Amino acid sequence: MQTRKKYIFLTFFASWLLLFLFGGDQLRRFAFFSGRKAEARRNWPRWTDRFLLKSFADAEELQRDGDPSLLSPRERRAAWLSVYRSSRCRMETCFDFSRCEKHGFKVFTYPQERGQPVSETYGKILSSIERSRYHTANPEEACLFILSIDTLDRDHLSGQYVRNVDEKIRGFPLWNGGRNHLIFNLYSGTWPDYAGDLGFDIGQAILAKASFDTESFRPGFDISIPLFSKDHPQRGGDRGWLYQDSVPPRKKYLLVFKGKRYLTGIGSGTRNALHHIHNGKDIISLTTCKHGKDWEKHKDTRCDKDNIDYERSDYQELLHNSTFCIVPRGRRLGSFRFLEALQAACIPVLLSDGWELPFAEAIDWGKAAVVGSERLLLQIPSAVRCIHPERVLAFQQQTQLLWDAYFSSVDKIVHTTLEIIKDRLSPHRSRSRFVWNALPGGLLVLPDFSTHLGDFPFYYLQRGYSPSKKFTAFIRAVSQAGSLSQPMLRLIQAVSASQYCAQIVVLWSCEKPPPPSGKWPQTTVPLTVIQGRRQLSDRFLPFEAIQTDAVLSLDEDTSLSTSEVDFAFSVWRSFPERIVGFPTQSHFWDPEQGRWGFTSRWTNELSIVLTAAAFYHRYYHSLFTEYLPAGLRELVDGLAACEDILMNVLVAAVTKLPPIKVTQRKQHKEAAAQQAECRDGAAGTPPPGQRSPPAPHSAPAKLKGTAGSRRFSQRQGCLNQLADWFGYMPLVSSQLRLDPVLFKDQVSVLRKKYPSLEK
Amino acid sequence: IMCASAKYNTRGPALIPRMKTKHRIYYITLFSIVLLGLIATGMFQFWPHSIESSSDWTVEKRSVHDVPVVKLPADSPIPERGDLTCRMHTCFDVYRCGFNPKNKIKVYIYSLKKYVDEYGTSVSNTISREYNELLTAISDSEFYTDDVNRACLFVPSIDVLNQNALRIKETAQALAQLSRWDRGTNHLLFNMLPGGPPDYNTALDVPRDRALLAGGGFSTWTYRQGYDVSIPVYSPLSGEVDLPERGPGPRRYFILSSQMALHPEYRLELEALQAENGESVLILGRCTNLSDGVPAVRKRCYKNQVFDYPQVLQESTFCVVLRGARLGQAVLSDVLQAGCVPVIIADSYILPFSEVLDWKRASVVIPEEKMPEMYSILQSIPQRQIEEMQRQARWFWEAYFRSMKAIALATLQIINDRIYPYAAISYEEWNDPPAVKWSSVSNPLFLPLIPPQSQGFTAVVLTYDRVESLFRVITEVSKVPSLSKLLVVWNNQNKNPPEDSLWPKIRVPLKVVRTAENKLSNRFFPYDEIETEAVLAIDDDIIMLTSDELQFGYEVWREFPDRLVGYPGRLHLWDHEMNKWKYESEWTNEVSMVLTGAAFYHKYFNYLYTYKMPGDIKNWVDAHMNCEDIAMNFLVANVTGKSVIKVTPRKKFKCPECTAIDGLSLDQTHMVERSECINKFASVFGTMPLKVVEHRADPVLYKDDFPEKLKSFPNIGSL
Repeated sequence: MQTRKKYIFLTFFASWLLLFLFGGDQLRRFAFFSGRKAEARRNWPRWTDRFLLKSFADAEELQRDGDPSLLSPRERRAAWLSVYRSSRCRMETCFDFSRCEKHGFKVFTYPQERGQPVSETYGKILSSIERSRYHTANPEEACLFILSIDTLDRDHLSGQYVRNVDEKIRGFPLWNGGRNHLIFNLYSGTWPDYAGDLGFDIGQAILAKASFDTESFRPGFDISIPLFSKDHPQRGGDRGWLYQDSVPPRKKYLLVFKGKRYLTGIGSGTRNALHHIHNGKDIISLTTCKHGKDWEKHKDTRCDKDNIDYERSDYQELLHNSTFCIVPRGRRLGSFRFLEALQAACIPVLLSDGWELPFAEAIDWGKAAVVGSERLLLQIPSAVRCIHPERVLAFQQQTQLLWDAYFSSVDKIVHTTLEIIKDRLSPHRSRSRFVWNALPGGLLVLPDFSTHLGDFPFYYLQRGYSPSKKFTAFIRAVSQAGSLSQPMLRLIQAVSASQYCAQIVVLWSCEKPPPPSGKWPQTTVPLTVIQGRRQLSDRFLPFEAIQTDAVLSLDEDTSLSTSEVDFAFSVWRSFPERIVGFPTQSHFWDPEQGRWGFTSRWTNELSIVLTAAAFYHRYYHSLFTEYLPAGLRELVDGLAACEDILMNVLVAAVTKLPPIKVTQRKQHKEAAAQQAECRDGAAGTPPPGQRSPPAPHSAPAKLKGTAGSRRFSQRQGCLNQLADWFGYMPLVSSQLRLDPVLFKDQVSVLRKKYPSLEK
Repeated sequence: IMCASAKYNTRGPALIPRMKTKHRIYYITLFSIVLLGLIATGMFQFWPHSIESSSDWTVEKRSVHDVPVVKLPADSPIPERGDLTCRMHTCFDVYRCGFNPKNKIKVYIYSLKKYVDEYGTSVSNTISREYNELLTAISDSEFYTDDVNRACLFVPSIDVLNQNALRIKETAQALAQLSRWDRGTNHLLFNMLPGGPPDYNTALDVPRDRALLAGGGFSTWTYRQGYDVSIPVYSPLSGEVDLPERGPGPRRYFILSSQMALHPEYRLELEALQAENGESVLILGRCTNLSDGVPAVRKRCYKNQVFDYPQVLQESTFCVVLRGARLGQAVLSDVLQAGCVPVIIADSYILPFSEVLDWKRASVVIPEEKMPEMYSILQSIPQRQIEEMQRQARWFWEAYFRSMKAIALATLQIINDRIYPYAAISYEEWNDPPAVKWSSVSNPLFLPLIPPQSQGFTAVVLTYDRVESLFRVITEVSKVPSLSKLLVVWNNQNKNPPEDSLWPKIRVPLKVVRTAENKLSNRFFPYDEIETEAVLAIDDDIIMLTSDELQFGYEVWREFPDRLVGYPGRLHLWDHEMNKWKYESEWTNEVSMVLTGAAFYHKYFNYLYTYKMPGDIKNWVDAHMNCEDIAMNFLVANVTGKSVIKVTPRKKFKCPECTAIDGLSLDQTHMVERSECINKFASVFGTMPLKVVEHRADPVLYKDDFPEKLKSFPNIGSL
C-alpha cells in the first residue's frame, strides 16, 4: 500500500511539473475542476480588445435618426386616429382636446330622463359632479360628458342592470361615438368568468371602472376607481381610524383575513389557499364556505370546522387590531375590503394579480400597501414580518393620508377622477407625483395657482424651501366718508413701520371712489388701492397685487402696533400653513339644540382666528376662490360675517390643525370706528365691518335683542351650513396661545424684544 | 432574526460532493482521474487551435474575436412574436426568484458566442462597446450570479441594442437556442434603437416571445406597463465630452433646437416660433461647409455661425427634443447633461424609466398639436421652478443616463422593485437630487394627528440614589390628571431600589426598571413598559413644576406631537470671535432647545435616540455624562425640521438640594462643556439642525384680566 501511494504521488507531481512547464495559462482553468467556489469568481470577461469594439450606433446615425422624408407628423397623427380606436384608445387619439380650450375643463351631465331611475350610488356620483366647480349646464361649453344612464352595475343578473344601453346612447345627439365621455362602472361581467365587458359599446369614452385589470386598461386614458359600497358617504366622510402613531404598532395581530373561501370558480385559487397561513396566534386567516345557494355541493372536509371558527370572530375587531390586512381578489379583482383596510390603517396586503390599482396614475401605492403576488401567498407572513417598524409607521400614516385625501367620500373619489383627467389636458400645468402623494393631497393643490412647489404653504420642510421673509398688508376699507378714517391711518402707519412689510394693498369696498393718491399717507412701502365689487368674499380673491407668501389681513378699524405685527409674523414663519392671528373665537357642539354653536367670549380654547387681523399664506386666497364652488361663496355673500368662518373652516379642512393665536395687546377694535360704515351696501348684503369685537364680557346673552344678535345668529347659521356642506366639522380646537419668550416675565424691559406687547 | 434566516429559500445551494468516505480505493480512483485529466490537459497544450473554441472557460486575456462560433441551421426554431398581454403575473416565473433576506434578484449572463447562419455569414456584430459595458456592469453588480440554476433573470449576451445592426430572423433563432430560453421566460433584452424603415416600429422587431424588453423608444401601444422597462437611448458623447455642471439661472437663449434631422414640418413650426420671438429662439442645423477632419456631429450651424455641440446646449434654458423616425432620441441625454430643460415633443412616447422617475420635475412635455403654443407655455413656468428643473435634469443624467452602467443598474433595480415591492426604493430616493435630499426633511410623524387626551402620558424618572427627592417627584407628578403610568429607571447598580412598601402610593401603575450600567442614555431607552405615545422625561429633583404646568405641557404636546415640548429653554449662538457655536442659558428672547429635565416627547424619538443616533454621539454622551438633552434636541430637530416648543414662563429648574457650592466657577465649566457638545454634534450631523424661534406657548388666557377660577390652567408657576 505504502509504495503504491508513493507512486501515485510521484506521478502526480511529475505531471504537475510537466503541466506547469508547458501551460501555466491552463493552470487557472484547472481550478475549475476543484469545485464551485472557484467558479463563483467567473464574471463577464474583460476582453483584451474591449476598447476597440464598435459603438452600437455611430454618432451620425444617432443624431440623424432615420429618414426625415418619412410620413409627415400631421399625416401620422391623422393615421393614428383611425388605427388606435376603441380598445387602443389614448388621449391623443380618442379625446377631442379642442373642446376644452375655450371654456376650460367643464363637465356636463346629461339631464335625467323620466322613468329612468338611477341607483343611489350613481345618484351620488352625479350629484358629486354637479357640486363640483367644473360642472356646467351648457353642453356647448362642456369638455367632458357624463351619461345619465346608470352604468355602475353591468352584471346582467343584477337587478340594477339597465337594458338596451346601446340603443339609448345611440339616440343621444351628443354621444359622438363616445368621444369626451366618461363612463363610471363598479361591476362588470358575471358568473362564471366575471370578464370586463360592459354589455354595450363604450366606443371612445373614458372608462372609470372598479376592479380594472391591467390587460384591458388603456393606460393614460382609463381610470381605475376603488369599489365602494352604496353606504359610502356623499361628502365629508369618516376620518381614518389611526389616532396614534405607536411604535412598534401596538396591535394584537400581525396579519388578518376573514372572508369567503371560494371552493370553485374564478378567484378560488387564492381564496382557497388563504387558510394555510393561519397560525392562530398573530396571523389569523378565517374563511367560510358559506356563500351562494349551493355551497354545500362543493363542501370539503375543512368547511364545517372553518365555518365555526369563522363565526367566532368579528371582522371589525380584526380590522381594528391588526397591522396588516390581506386584501385578496374576490370573484372580481377589487373588493370593499380594500377601502375598509385603508380606513382602518390596517396596511393592505394585496393579493390580486393583474389589478390596475385605483388611481395608480396618481397614487404611489408602494408607500401605503404591500403589493403581493397571488403565487407567493406563503411568503407573505415572512415578508411582512421583515418590514421595519419605521416603515410600518410610514405605511400606516400613508393609508390615512390617502384615505382622507381621495377615498373617504363619493365626492372625493369622483373629484379625483376629474382632476386626473384635467391634469392630462395640459401636462405642463399638472400635479407631479410628489404632490399626489404628500399632504394635503392633490385635490387641494391647484396647479393653476403655480406649478412651483415653493409657492404653496405645504412643502417648505419636505423640499427645503422657506417662506418669504416679507409680508403684504391687505386692508379692507369700508369707510363711507370720502376721506380716510383715523383708525385706518394709524393702522397704515403701524403696519408700514414693520421691517417685514413689503407692501400695503387696500381693498376699497365702498360705493364712493377711493380718495386720490395725494390723500393717502406717505409710507416707506408701496401702497396699492384696489376697487372691490363690494361682495364679502371679495377680500379673499387671489389678487395679482399680492406678491409675498404671507398676507396680513386687516380690517380698516383694526388696531395693531408694529411690534405685534412683527411678533405675529415671526410666529407665522414657523407655521406657514396655518392662520396666525389675534382675536379668536371658538366653536362647540350644542347637544341640546343638536347643532354647532360658537362663542366669541373669552374661553380657554380657540378654533377660529378672525381675519380682521391675521397672517396666512396667499395660496389660501386662490383656494378660497377657485377650489370652493361658487354656490358656497354665494352663501357666504348672503350672510353677515361668514366669510372669515369659511376661511377658517377651509384652512382647517386642509391642514387638520387648529389656527394659532398670538398675544394681543388690548382689545382690537375701537368702538368709535364702528360709526363709519357704508350703510348703503348692495341690496341683500348686510353691512360689513359691523362685526362685534371679541371684547371682554361681550357674551352673546348680552347682545340679545340688538343688531349684534342677528349677526350672531347668522354667524351660527353660517357655521352649521358650512359643516353641512363639508360633511363634517373641520374646525379643530387649540388650548394655547403663543407669546414672546419673555412675555410678562419679571425682567428688565430692556432685555425684552417685544416690551410693548405687555402694555 | 426571523427575517435573516430565509425561511423560503426555494432554491438551495447546488450540491457539493461530500468527501467523507474512508475507502482508499476512492482515493486511488480519484487520483487516476485527476492524473488522466492532467495528462489530457497537457496534451491539449500541443493542440494549439482547438482549445479556445471548444471551451468556454474564462481567461482574462481573450479577444472578442476568439469566442466560440455557433452555427444556426436555417430551420432552427423562431420564438413567437412578443406577447402584448404579458404582465409580471402571467409571463414571469417568480418562483425562480424566491424570497431572500437581501431582497435582491439574481441575474445570469449567458457567455458570449458568435452566431453565424448556415453559410457562415454572421448574424450580427458580436458585441458592441456599449453592450459590453452593460454586461460588465451587471456582472460587477450585486445582482450577478454565475449559477444558472439560481438565477431569476437571464440576460443573453446577444447584442440587440441596435436593430439595424442585426438580422432579425437569425437573431431570433439565436435567442431560441439559449440553454434556458423556455419561451423567453425571465429573459431580459436591452434595445435602444428599435424598428427600421419604413415604419419604424417602437419596439424591437425581433420575435422574443415572453422575454422582457428594456427598450429605448416605446410608445404607449407597445409598452407593456409593469413588464417592460423604458430606458434611454445612450449617447456616446457623454463619455467623450465633459460638460461641467452649470449653475441654474437665466441663459443666453430661451429655446434651442439642436437636432440635425428634423422633419420639415417641425422645422417650419420652429421657424415660425423664431420669427415671432426673435433672438431668444435658436434653431441649429447641420453644418454644410465644414472643413475636413471636423466631425459633423460635434458642430451645429445657424446661418453662418458655427457652434460646438453639445456645449451650445448649456447656453439655453429649454432645449427641444422632437421625435424623429423613432420616439427615443439620444439628444435627450445630451440635453440633460447640459442641464438644459428638455421640452419633449413626441406624442405617445414612454419616457425613460417613467415607472419610477417623475419627469414633470425635470422636463416639459408638450403635445405635438400644441407646438405653436410652446413659447407661451414655457414662459408661464416660474423662474424658481425652471432652476429646479435644470438641477433635476442634470441629476437625472448623472444618476440614470451617464453610462451604460447607470442604465443597466437602474433597469435591474426597477425589476427588482417589482419582485420585492415591500423593499422597493422610494419615490424620494429615485427622484430627489442630493442637494434636495440634504436640505429636506421627511418627518417620520408626518400625519397631522392630535392624539386623544385619554391616552395620557408615561413619566420616566431617571434616578441614581436620591430616594427622598425621587419620592417627592413621584408624589407631585402623580397629581397630574393625564398621567397614565410612572416608570422609574434605577440607574444605580450598587444599590437596590427601596422595598415596595416604601414607595409612595399613587393612583397609576408604578414600575421600576433596573439598568445594567449607569448610562445617561438609559433615560431615552424605548422601554416596553412605555405604552403611551407621550413620554415625560423628568429628573428626580424636579419638584417645582405644578400639576397645571405639567398638564398644560401635555396638552401642548398633543397639539405638537412631533416636537420636544419642555419648560426652560436654551439657545445656541454663533460666536463670531471664536468662530464656533456657543451655548446660551441667559434670559434671551429666543429659544432653540428645551431641557429634558422635564420635557414631553413622542416615544418614537426614544427609538431614534437608541438605534439611529448619528455617529458616535450616543457613546460620547455616555462617556462624558453630559449633554444627553442637547443630543435629543439635535436629533428631533434634524428629523422633523421643526423647532422645540417652550411652555410657560419657567426659565430654570431650581433644586433645593443643590445649594450654590462655588456656583460661579461650576457654572463656567458647565457652559464650556455644553458649548463643546453643540460644536461636536453640529459636526457629526454635518449641519446645524436646531431652529430658533421667538415664541413660547402659554394657556390662552394666561395673565389675561379674567377670573382665575374660570381658567383651565390657573396655576402656571413662576420663573
